Amino acid sequence: MSTLISGIAASNGIAIAKAYRLTEPDLSIEKRSIEDVGAEISRFKEAIQKSTNELEVIREKAEKDLGADKAAIFDAHLLVLADPELITPIQDRIQSENVNAEFSLNETASMFITMFEQMDNEYMKERAADIRDVTKRVLSHLLGVHIPNPSLIAEEVIIIAEDLTPSDTAQLNPVYVKGFTTDIGGRTSHSAIMARSLEIPAVVGAKSVTSSIENGDMIIIDGLKGEVHINPTPELVKRYEEEQVSYAMQKAEWAKLVHEQTVTKDGHHVELAANIGTPKDLEGVHQNGGEGIGLYRTEFLYMGRNDFPSEEEQFEAYKAVLEGMSGKPVVVRTLDIGGDKELPYLDLPKEMNPFLGYRAIRLCLNEQEIFRTQLRALLRASIYGDLKIMFPMIATLAEFREAKAVLAEVRQELLDNGIQVAEKIEVGIMVEIPSTAVMADIFAKEVDFFSIGTNDLIQYTMAADRMNERVSYLYQPYNPSILRLVKMVIDAAHKEGKWAGMCGEMAGDEVAIPILIGMGLDEFSMSATSILKARSLISQLTLEDMKKLSQEVLMMDTNDNVKEAVVNALK
Amino acid sequence: MVEKTFTVTAETGIHARPATLLVQAAGKFDSEINLAYKEKKVNLKSIMGVMSLGIGKGAEITITAEGSDENDALNTLAETLNREGLAE
Repeated sequence: MSTLISGIAASNGIAIAKAYRLTEPDLSIEKRSIEDVGAEISRFKEAIQKSTNELEVIREKAEKDLGADKAAIFDAHLLVLADPELITPIQDRIQSENVNAEFSLNETASMFITMFEQMDNEYMKERAADIRDVTKRVLSHLLGVHIPNPSLIAEEVIIIAEDLTPSDTAQLNPVYVKGFTTDIGGRTSHSAIMARSLEIPAVVGAKSVTSSIENGDMIIIDGLKGEVHINPTPELVKRYEEEQVSYAMQKAEWAKLVHEQTVTKDGHHVELAANIGTPKDLEGVHQNGGEGIGLYRTEFLYMGRNDFPSEEEQFEAYKAVLEGMSGKPVVVRTLDIGGDKELPYLDLPKEMNPFLGYRAIRLCLNEQEIFRTQLRALLRASIYGDLKIMFPMIATLAEFREAKAVLAEVRQELLDNGIQVAEKIEVGIMVEIPSTAVMADIFAKEVDFFSIGTNDLIQYTMAADRMNERVSYLYQPYNPSILRLVKMVIDAAHKEGKWAGMCGEMAGDEVAIPILIGMGLDEFSMSATSILKARSLISQLTLEDMKKLSQEVLMMDTNDNVKEAVVNALK
Repeated sequence: MVEKTFTVTAETGIHARPATLLVQAAGKFDSEINLAYKEKKVNLKSIMGVMSLGIGKGAEITITAEGSDENDALNTLAETLNREGLAE
């Protein structure tokens, strides 16, 4: 019998493969009396042997993939497994106390773990973790449960997890991972963004996948509808295999649009740009026919390291992106860190409401050395392409004016030192705070452009934390309140002869695109993999019809009614 | 029974890799092999025993071996210590 679980469609496509659970197994144990001591000791020895075999395979693979240095840790694990001071007391206890192997192992290992943890030497304390790791492995064999070793995956699988962290995804081999599904998360969570950039189908926020799916179950992930099918019937598999083929054909059809312009049926042109995090993402932008970079998230330069990136390092990255885009526009967002995005070397106090706290431009204006270093690197790189600078989280005109003044100072310093800077660099803001959207007409007189950040604009307008699943129903991109704010921003820009773009998830959304075209949005920035589909969609619309449609939906009452109206209009 | 005393010369003492090498070498012999440091004596075939001693640079350690292959064992261990620049 096939079972269906519904979740949030996070990345398009269809995957059919066996389940691989990336979850911590239940290793809880109980004390039991045993009758046959000999059999219990054999069972224990067998678990040791299985663990040894497993570790040898992992060690070999680590040596091959990561080098001898990284593999050394597994040598230590193997020695712990063979350690007579650990093994003998465990066997003795099984024999003398007639207890089960799990209990005896746990008691003896705990004693060693405590001993190492109490040593006043950091190195020794870390050894406690080795013993704990080894104990877990042996326990898993005794209990007959499976400890995941994602680095050992060697067949096509679908990953089942509660959530996927960046370090989890780093271990996954994209050759074998065909898709994934998680209990928690939304369209903008790390795992969802990751899936889209890897172009593998994903369903997130599916709530019960880890409790419903066993290792080896056959799974279908429908990344378009947000459905997970467990142990599907042969008929269902066949239907999805056919859909897989037609999806591949559709993608091939979209691929023909790589070098085309983005125009509606009646000749209205818009720009489809890509959101990127590092220069490495440019390859995907070119493959998908991006007409520019609408959002370069510079915080990735600052993450996963122990100190701030130097001006030189930043300069090289910005230059690589500007040169890589060969004169096409590149909108760089200055550092958006703080709040939920932490830097270990920037010691910030924990906040009650990180999304409403000390982050982005608020932090940059206060810790100006960080900000000035980035601006210097950006201005120096500006001569290599069409750079546009964008400040995030602007809530007031005073903030924008101050940021712009700092930029002017840095520019003057560079010029005084004989360093070249591009003549014309557009300076704009992210519109993601409702106060700024409401004041867009005043802002428009001073900024060169707006880019609407819908993920945050929606969360701030609805007062709904986008990391909190219980209020995820309030993520309503088509709610007329959001659409009206968007319309205000676009109109305000046009009135002053400026342009307006959008760089949130909404810009690549099939229901939102027709409305946004009708409202006159100039630039749509999205995941590179969404560009061709959007271009195909836009080529089937007319500006005239969409104008009418957008006027209608602005007068509607609910998110769902707007969605229905758009879907009907496109039929 | 045979025994030999060494002075540890390795900067980091007998930690991590050196301990691994010694225990791996000791594991190849049938003899009972012990390592003594200060007042404590541990089984040299036990990685946790060796590491629990926390042997640092300049420490004086004594290795004893007893059994059918005791001479081989002691020579091999002495050679390992010298070759890896751990002790002399």
